[in-house]
Amino acid sequence: MSVDLEPVIDSLKNEFPQDILNIKEYRGETTLLVSKEQISKICAYLKDELNFTFLADLTAVDYLEVKSPRYEVVYHIHRFGPECEENIRIRLKAELSEDDIKIDSVTPVWSGADWLEREVYDMFGIEFTGHPDLRRILMPEDYGPFPLRKDFDVRNREASKRSFEKALEEGAD
Amino acid sequence: MGVNSDPLLGGEGFLTTTIKTLANWGRKNSLWPMPFGTACCAIEMMGAFASRFDLSRFGAEVARFSPRQADLMIVSGTITYKMASVCRRIYDQMPEPKWVIAMGSCTCGGGPFDSYAVVQGIDEFLPVDVYVGGCPPRPEALIDAVIKIQKKIEMQGAPLV
Repeated sequence: MSVDLEPVIDSLKNEFPQDILNIKEYRGETTLLVSKEQISKICAYLKDELNFTFLADLTAVDYLEVKSPRYEVVYHIHRFGPECEENIRIRLKAELSEDDIKIDSVTPVWSGADWLEREVYDMFGIEFTGHPDLRRILMPEDYGPFPLRKDFDVRNREASKRSFEKALEEGAD
Repeated sequence: MGVNSDPLLGGEGFLTTTIKTLANWGRKNSLWPMPFGTACCAIEMMGAFASRFDLSRFGAEVARFSPRQADLMIVSGTITYKMASVCRRIYDQMPEPKWVIAMGSCTCGGGPFDSYAVVQGIDEFLPVDVYVGGCPPRPEALIDAVIKIQKKIEMQGAPLV
């Protein structure tokens, strides 16, 4: 990135002095650790005031037995510059502990977050409060476990078989 | 089948056969495949249908996307459990007699996907007649499978309805 990120970070720090918990720079990528309570406000500020109009990706990581709190929700946010050398990308992370895996939805900010949040819910069981339609998106709707959690056996096909047999019994929807 | 060209019988010649043999001869030379392509194997299947490999040389080029008009299901590609109920339903909608080719490693035994979502071989829920290994198999291998189905029809036939 040839464009300096500093004005963006300064502006964020001014607006949310309590909620930018950590700033990390690694190989030209900037990652901000933010508090999960403020995530939708921070995202709305980034979009409305700092012109980060594009949510490139939204995903999650399960750090079971690696660190605590266990989950991290990750936001890759993009700002288009007048020239393509002036594009900026930053990464936000919010930590979620196991006993309260809820975070505010950013779908009201970027409507493109809709299916990404559904996928994170489907794979990790993280609930996005305020999401307009939080259902499973890839796995069958009656599928029980959350398969990308690290304590899920990746070869366990029992739940898949149950859903499959139920779908067969029900026949045409 | 036997051939007779006795001049006393008109000289034009005629065939003797049974209805069953005649029906199976017709069936084996006019298979109508239902392509159930879900992944990269489907690209090789299209190659087998198209001009270079030309499955129509063996009478099986009329790919039907309606199961009601097909008698050979070619399952080509990874089948997940979510897709499996759809696959089974489409198979059930095909009229008898019908045959199934499992094309590629995924349909034969799950391929590289030993995971929570992928069926470890479509014979968990479908009666498979011919398995074609490979990742993906070349069109020649699929043509070989179709010829094996033809031999099976010729030897075993199908019940006359």
